[in-house]
Amino acid sequence: MIEHRDDQGAKLGMWLFIFTELLLFGMLFVVYAVYRSMHPEAFRIAGEELDVTLGTINTVILLISSMTAAMSITAIQKGNKKLCLQLLGITILIAVIFLVNKYFEWGAKFEYGFYPGSPELHELGYGTILFFGLYFFMTGVHALHIIIGIGLFIYVALQVKKDKIHQTDHVWLENTGLYWHLVDLIWIFLFPLFYLIH
Amino acid sequence: MESPTKPISYLDYKGEYKGILGWIFSTDHKRVGLLYLYTMLAFFSVGAILGLLMKIQLIAPGYTIMGPQTYNSLFTLHGIIMIFIIVVPGLPAVFGNFFLPIMIGAKDVAFPRINLLSWWLYAVGILIVLTSQFMGDGPPDTGWTFYAPYSFQTATNVLPAVFGAFVMGFSSILTGINFVVTIHRMRAPGMTWFKMPLFPWTLYGTAWIQILATPVIGITLLLIIAERTLGIGFFDPALGGDPILYQHLFWIYSHPAVYIMILPAMGVISEIIPVFSKKTIFGYKAIVLSTMAIAFVGYFVWGHHMFTSGMSGRALFAFSFLTFLVAIPSAIKVFNWVSTMHKGSLDLQTPFYWAVSFLFVFMIGGLTGLVLGSLATNVHLHDTHFVVAHFHFIVFGGTGFAFMGAVHYWFPKMFGRMYDANWANLGWGIFFIGFLALYLPMFYLGIMGMPRRYYDYLPEFHGGNIFSSLGAIVLIAGLMIIFINLVRSARHGTKISEKNPWGGTTLEWQVDTPPTLENFEEIPTITGKPYDYN
Repeated sequence: MIEHRDDQGAKLGMWLFIFTELLLFGMLFVVYAVYRSMHPEAFRIAGEELDVTLGTINTVILLISSMTAAMSITAIQKGNKKLCLQLLGITILIAVIFLVNKYFEWGAKFEYGFYPGSPELHELGYGTILFFGLYFFMTGVHALHIIIGIGLFIYVALQVKKDKIHQTDHVWLENTGLYWHLVDLIWIFLFPLFYLIH
Repeated sequence: MESPTKPISYLDYKGEYKGILGWIFSTDHKRVGLLYLYTMLAFFSVGAILGLLMKIQLIAPGYTIMGPQTYNSLFTLHGIIMIFIIVVPGLPAVFGNFFLPIMIGAKDVAFPRINLLSWWLYAVGILIVLTSQFMGDGPPDTGWTFYAPYSFQTATNVLPAVFGAFVMGFSSILTGINFVVTIHRMRAPGMTWFKMPLFPWTLYGTAWIQILATPVIGITLLLIIAERTLGIGFFDPALGGDPILYQHLFWIYSHPAVYIMILPAMGVISEIIPVFSKKTIFGYKAIVLSTMAIAFVGYFVWGHHMFTSGMSGRALFAFSFLTFLVAIPSAIKVFNWVSTMHKGSLDLQTPFYWAVSFLFVFMIGGLTGLVLGSLATNVHLHDTHFVVAHFHFIVFGGTGFAFMGAVHYWFPKMFGRMYDANWANLGWGIFFIGFLALYLPMFYLGIMGMPRRYYDYLPEFHGGNIFSSLGAIVLIAGLMIIFINLVRSARHGTKISEKNPWGGTTLEWQVDTPPTLENFEEIPTITGKPYDYN
């Protein structure tokens, strides 16, 4: 039996899935907007506790990883398997670095007692509790997407290695790239909302 | 490819796996559809028995067979099963999977493996929900809505129930994506959008709602989990959160979910009525456009669940107005169906009985919905038995009757056997009488002021409740006749190989009975419109 193959259909499916992801985060942005408008002052003060340098580094490297992901697709389209694998390797490496940074960032907050349910946070009032609740939940769900992305890239890289993904059949790689750009895009919104707006 | 032999029926096909493995690992859309059907029938029986137990408790005031805590966990489980396991996946997962590809002239859905994955996620979700009953500190007692702040204050085992619903939401999204891509990419040559039958059209509208609304409940349920485990405080007034925000997020999904339930039901009715009236459907385009209108406007009416929760006067007015607006496309469809029957040559068979009784109960359900959508009456009727009666008329009466109609309509095609029509008609009659006796008194009780979700009531409500509880027993008796007839006929019914027993015009009646593994040996080219009886 000839396998049914429809690359355009597969990409349409991926775009629809990205749509659902946008809605998922969209509702979190709604919650953020509601509570920010209720406690503007507390959100402003709490936002200054975040480490802008680490946040900026993460933003820059995530953007670079989106570029390397896009380049790996061009590489496979040109039939350059080796370059494609190298670029995928860089993408995965950057994703891991992003998580390591996140780990240190979160760790520092925990040391100060800024975590959901902590007694220190409780004393600082509603606005601060909600700010850090949103910060941990939203960056946490985002980090989960990064982890899933790493898994997908590893799978795709193995498929490239085994020549299952090649010059004429690379829709898996393209879809993983699409997903990665989404993860990047969400971060582009999270970064200013938490770190930059004062 | 092997040498050309006679194409084999999907039921007889021997794949890589044998026995039950040949089903739970099969990516054939027809087998996946039947997997959903069997799972649903099993859980529908459980849900119906839970409902019966509640009605027996309410046959007299005070303690009859259970106390308040048991009653609370029963209506919670009844709601979770009936909503998340039965009616939300319902028609798309069973008949959409089985017939969507055939009706648009395709060999399978766009992503067969994802299709099987969605059944697995569904099954895993069910198992997770079930663990909530047996582990921890007792079954959840929040109701299926998991309203904050009670859902993170109760000591009962809410977490697995919420997480199971989350996993099932994932399955629903995957089905939605699959159907949208299938309809966009896999229609047979010549089948333009307006030559597509109406059941696929309603599945298309439904799939979009599944894609656009389900992520909202996904994140809301995750927030409830985070609230319970981490105490992030979004919905907890003690931490500055707002429980009303939870209600908004919940209904932003759960109202469109009502249209996930009812749109495919309307599609089924639009299939059955022309076939048994032997007449072209009246106003094909009006039905299509009203389907899309319902799917669209249905997003903006969620606030009507919260008229008494506290909202600005302007918001109340807007939500009430939009609720009235969404009634218009539903009414258009009813006119279309009735006009289709007008001067048709009616063929009184079991599916047609279900379709006609659908019109009856759907109209009662819809019109009482307008009573609830009006601000002044809503304040009086909110959280009474009137609401319970209304949504059972829509969800059980609408979707349930259409589901029964669909089973009886497509049964011969799915199994290659025919059911006993006399028993089926008898079952329908008893079920219908039981249904009316069960839910009609609830309207009266609600208007008199009997609240929902209490195991007890004041003595003046006794008469109506006796009537309603007896109705429940009649309904269950009818249901048993229907089920026994269907299960028996699926195994021992008279074999048929006729392609088109009802005289339908859509593509599923032009393929073999039961369909072959590939549905079509050669993809057909479509020239005419569906439902052409001239």
